Amino acid sequence: MFIYHDLLILFFSMDFKNKDIISINDFSKEELLYILRVVRQIEQKPKNNLLKGKILATLFFEASTRTRLSFMSAMEQLGGEIIGFSASSTTSIQKGESLWDTIKMTEQYADVIVMRHPLEGSARLAAEAASIPVINGGDGSNQHPTQTILDMYTILKIKGKLEDLHIGFVGDLKYGRTVHSLAIALSHFNPVFYFIAPDELQMPESYLDELFQRKVKYYKTSDLTRISKELDVLYVTRIQKERFPDPLEYEKFKDMYRIDGAFLQHVKKDLKIMHPLPRVSEIDKSVDNTSHAAYFEQAANGIPVRKALLALVLGKIK
Amino acid sequence: MAKRKKKKQVQRRTKRKKERIKAKKVANAPKEEIKKELKISAIEEGTVVDHIPTDATFKVAEILDLENHKGIVSIATNLQSKKVGKKGIVKVGGKSLTPEEVNKIAVVAPDATVNIIKNYQVKEKIKVKAPDVVDNVIKCSNPVCITNNEQVATKFYVVKKDPLKVKCHYCERSMGKEEIEII
Repeated sequence: MFIYHDLLILFFSMDFKNKDIISINDFSKEELLYILRVVRQIEQKPKNNLLKGKILATLFFEASTRTRLSFMSAMEQLGGEIIGFSASSTTSIQKGESLWDTIKMTEQYADVIVMRHPLEGSARLAAEAASIPVINGGDGSNQHPTQTILDMYTILKIKGKLEDLHIGFVGDLKYGRTVHSLAIALSHFNPVFYFIAPDELQMPESYLDELFQRKVKYYKTSDLTRISKELDVLYVTRIQKERFPDPLEYEKFKDMYRIDGAFLQHVKKDLKIMHPLPRVSEIDKSVDNTSHAAYFEQAANGIPVRKALLALVLGKIK
Repeated sequence: MAKRKKKKQVQRRTKRKKERIKAKKVANAPKEEIKKELKISAIEEGTVVDHIPTDATFKVAEILDLENHKGIVSIATNLQSKKVGKKGIVKVGGKSLTPEEVNKIAVVAPDATVNIIKNYQVKEKIKVKAPDVVDNVIKCSNPVCITNNEQVATKFYVVKKDPLKVKCHYCERSMGKEEIEII
């Protein structure tokens, strides 16, 4: 049993009916805490027929494994139905149909839309087109809010709190949208951040500016071992091969950070390691069986988080 | 005696020097006047946009689509200004600006003033104000932003007024003054 942040146990109610989940920047600290409380509620007491008679449209214009399957599973578990596609090549998009028109058409067939699209800002546009709620399942390298909420929920579960944590982010911090969104979301909770990456893959200045404005304390370094003892949570990301036009550049960075048994000799006993998955070689398999590994639990948290969000935007939980 | 003679000599020399300087000034003066007159002639009726940052002068001309304007147009830039150091000025005969055009000008020239001219007189002076939200004025610099790929009006939030920094409502990318491109 884990201890929750004080605010979480306070009784308060918010109406998320018909609200779109587009960007983590749209949510206040109180709203985030409220969502996390609903996630806990739904995880502890699953309500199997909560969304009976409701239809989820999964519009995946881009490949996805975890996000699409976990949304589908969440909807099924709550008794709802699913329609949708997982590749735009099989749709009228190929005939030149605009996103706006696709959404206008879909809203006639479903009660809620989950969408992944390669263009940034597409989810915001879809939300403006639709009269039914839209949940962003990733818009290019911009936002993936349900991943951020499940990351927050995982931290809350494994550490028992969100406040005052020392959190390291390692890997591709330049292009990793999960890192950008999570850093902004956690900035409400007085964290200390350690951004560990070579200069070429460091956190973009615009996010550092934002953190500075929010008075968040952070450090930038390329040396993971130097700060490893400070960390309560280490969030590891994959160096994304597709981001490097030059394969030699990729080779240079791909094995730069490796979380293995040797590394774990130099960390706090209760350090937890997270990863949004898929991983390549950045975390050695031997870490999986240690008390530090939290990445599979993190992936599993996708289900209650997505169940809670679907129930909230459909007005079934208040 | 010798002292007085020397004094007179010095006085004469100083007088000649002063005359030479005056002559030079007079010789230069009319040219300067003519030049100024050529650059920014008065208009009978229309609009004068003043106090434009020099690097935004031609952007203002572009916003007002002056290339296709049939009336008198005077554009001057790199003019000395007490307020802003160097400035640009755009005079357009026979044109009054729409609120949309004034908004667009405010984005590239937040300190500009718009003077409405009637019968060679300034009838109204409007100080432009950078808006908090800029609708359909700026092009997003992010090539993978939905606004560059689908027919949709752009929308930007002004996050900082000086120096100007805006954030795309759709892709959430922030852009500085140097990246701003007007639609």
